[in-house]
Amino acid sequence: MQTLVDLKKGEYATITAISDNQLKLKLMEMGCIPGETIRLSQIAPLGDPIAIEVQGYTLSLRLSEAASIKINNIIPKTIKNKSFSA
Amino acid sequence: MNQLTDKQLRIAITGNPNCGKTSVFNSLTGLNQQVGNYAGTTVEIKSGVLTYNQKQKARIIDLPGTYSIYPKSKDEEIAIDALINPSSKESPDVILVVCDASNLKRNLLYFSQVADLGKPVILVLTMMDIAEKKGLDINLVLLSLNLGIRVVPVNPRNGKGIDKLKDTIFNTLLATQNHLIDIYNLAPDLITEERIRHPEFNDFQCFLAIYKNQREKLDDLLSEETIQRYSAINNILLDSVTQKTAEKEQFSNRLDKILTHRIWGHVIFLFILFIIFESIFSISKFPMLWIQNSFSWFGDFFTSHFPEGPLNDLIVNGVIAGLSGVIVFLPQIILLFAFIAVLEDSGYMARVSFMMDKLMRRVGMNGKSVVPLISGVACAVPSIMATRNIENWKERIITIMVIPLMSCSARLPVYTLLISMITPDKMLWGVFNVQGLILMGMYLIGFFSAIAAAWVMKFLIKAKERNYFILELPTYKAPRLKNILLTLIEKSRTFVWEAGKVIVAVSVILWMAASFGPGNSFAEIDAKYANKNLSNELNAKEISNKIKSEKLFASYAGHFGRFIEPAIQPLGFDWKIGIALFSSLAAREVFVGTMATIYNLGDESNSLSIRDRMMEERDPITNKPKYTMAVAFSLMLFYAFALQCMSTIATVYKETKTWKWASLQFLYTSGLAYLVSLVIFQVFR
Repeated sequence: MQTLVDLKKGEYATITAISDNQLKLKLMEMGCIPGETIRLSQIAPLGDPIAIEVQGYTLSLRLSEAASIKINNIIPKTIKNKSFSA
Repeated sequence: MNQLTDKQLRIAITGNPNCGKTSVFNSLTGLNQQVGNYAGTTVEIKSGVLTYNQKQKARIIDLPGTYSIYPKSKDEEIAIDALINPSSKESPDVILVVCDASNLKRNLLYFSQVADLGKPVILVLTMMDIAEKKGLDINLVLLSLNLGIRVVPVNPRNGKGIDKLKDTIFNTLLATQNHLIDIYNLAPDLITEERIRHPEFNDFQCFLAIYKNQREKLDDLLSEETIQRYSAINNILLDSVTQKTAEKEQFSNRLDKILTHRIWGHVIFLFILFIIFESIFSISKFPMLWIQNSFSWFGDFFTSHFPEGPLNDLIVNGVIAGLSGVIVFLPQIILLFAFIAVLEDSGYMARVSFMMDKLMRRVGMNGKSVVPLISGVACAVPSIMATRNIENWKERIITIMVIPLMSCSARLPVYTLLISMITPDKMLWGVFNVQGLILMGMYLIGFFSAIAAAWVMKFLIKAKERNYFILELPTYKAPRLKNILLTLIEKSRTFVWEAGKVIVAVSVILWMAASFGPGNSFAEIDAKYANKNLSNELNAKEISNKIKSEKLFASYAGHFGRFIEPAIQPLGFDWKIGIALFSSLAAREVFVGTMATIYNLGDESNSLSIRDRMMEERDPITNKPKYTMAVAFSLMLFYAFALQCMSTIATVYKETKTWKWASLQFLYTSGLAYLVSLVIFQVFR
């Protein structure tokens, strides 16, 4: 099972579930709902935390939190860009 | 002021952080606002008065930004309590939910929760221009129909929509909104059971009561509720919002590539800090001179135009000298607050948290601790309150405990005075102001000791719950001048008023302690010199100075200073500094005022500035200058570490609700101050 930690900068993916029960509500309220498409947009200078684009805004979270967000359908950034410009 | 009758309308403004809530509040109230204690608690909340057509008035409160009706932090708890607690005195009649139009989905989640409380709500849409730039076309009529409430777009920058918002508040019947989801079906049995206890509650109010008292029963229902709300919102937005053009890469993202760059990010951050400290010295130099001159003119005027005597002396050497010592630093403090307000308002501070989280985590804090720490260089009190958005208890406590080590603006007067005594106002390589560099060094010492103290506490304090860093990075925005000006007015008013009260009181007490002595010691001194031959006219001034300094020595203050002298002598401090140290236990900035009071008592006129007067001070035994490098640095470092601020102690007590942390903080900072000063003076004397 892949998680947000496996995503590379610029890649898109779809959220499938959130495994950490303590953080589930907070993450969902911030827009990380199963089925939502996200993009990894930034990585902090020291490698952690990271920032994703979700629901049209930028959200930053630590890698330890990102590990609880399960994803699939990873789309490399080049393909997504092409399909957009077409 | 602003007394309102019970019948008058009470309005609450609420919304996500960064949605422009405070700008809407400022547009509605203008200068007619104040910060006061939130009814029944010690929490400060901003309130103001909205006047409509010169007749109708309403009281508006500006609640802290929140993402959800289920609070995760202290900040959110305060906001939600004001909204849902029916017994609260602030319980509003109308709720304005401010939503960022460029980020509608997540903002509407909170809106839909608030709307379900069943109170009249108005949806205030901000940032319409940004939404348009993103290619979003929002059909306001459809949005309003689908939600069943009034939607008012506003632009606080140019005032557009504000009048319409006022009309809507006062002149329309506010419909109750459509319910987006069926709360009852989420937990039919629990809600029915709760309804028996509170027949007047609607379904969602029952649900919130269950959340408050028996959270464990709701378990997965909360995330189920959130998912349902988002899907209902998606349906509404599908209907009323269209994406006209493909989303281009936003300006914010491009800016972030530089500002949070691996190398440039840190370089730029350090450069910004550097600019701040350099300008504190160079820009504020002129207004400080004007203030200083006007005070000494006023003092001279008073001396010469009013009858001589103890009252004249008290006002000129007690009150005026004490006040000028503090007011003179207002330009520097305003500059500091202005820089912090601009960085915060522009969205840059969130990036600093993002970049620093990993480092902060290593020392037991959170990326969100960076903003309170940096604001700590202005004042510890609002900074300690700014920790309320840190969700984790341990990270928040550590941040609160180390904030007072950051060099706050009250230390600025002390540093400025001592630095100007030991280094000339010169430029290094033509660009760097030497005094500015030393000052920056003092701030760095404060910062690094805060980090070190946090690291130690990480091992001493036990964690209560899982920590996390989930933070929105808002889009960059040009800072709003009006917001910044209002912040500055409020902060300077508080500084002058709060510090002023203490300083005047301390100055008066000090003046009395220094002007009177036990028994008839003063009369004896007068008698001693009266017997001397006064034929030598040239020495009259010298004799008068001698009398004054002997009187200070014999006064109550002198007795007290000498009483504590043995304890502070190893740090290089004499009894005069002892008096100043003790009087600045209440507030550090009192130090300068006290020095002014003490040294003015030993001098003929006010014309010599306090710095020159202190530099003239000789050691009575060696006759060398009293304020050597070692003494000045020992004194500066003492002020860098010691927690001499009653307001901070009171705030820590309020925020942690126990004396434990407040007293621990006072003890460890005082111990640290004594130790460091001792080492510095003994090594460099």
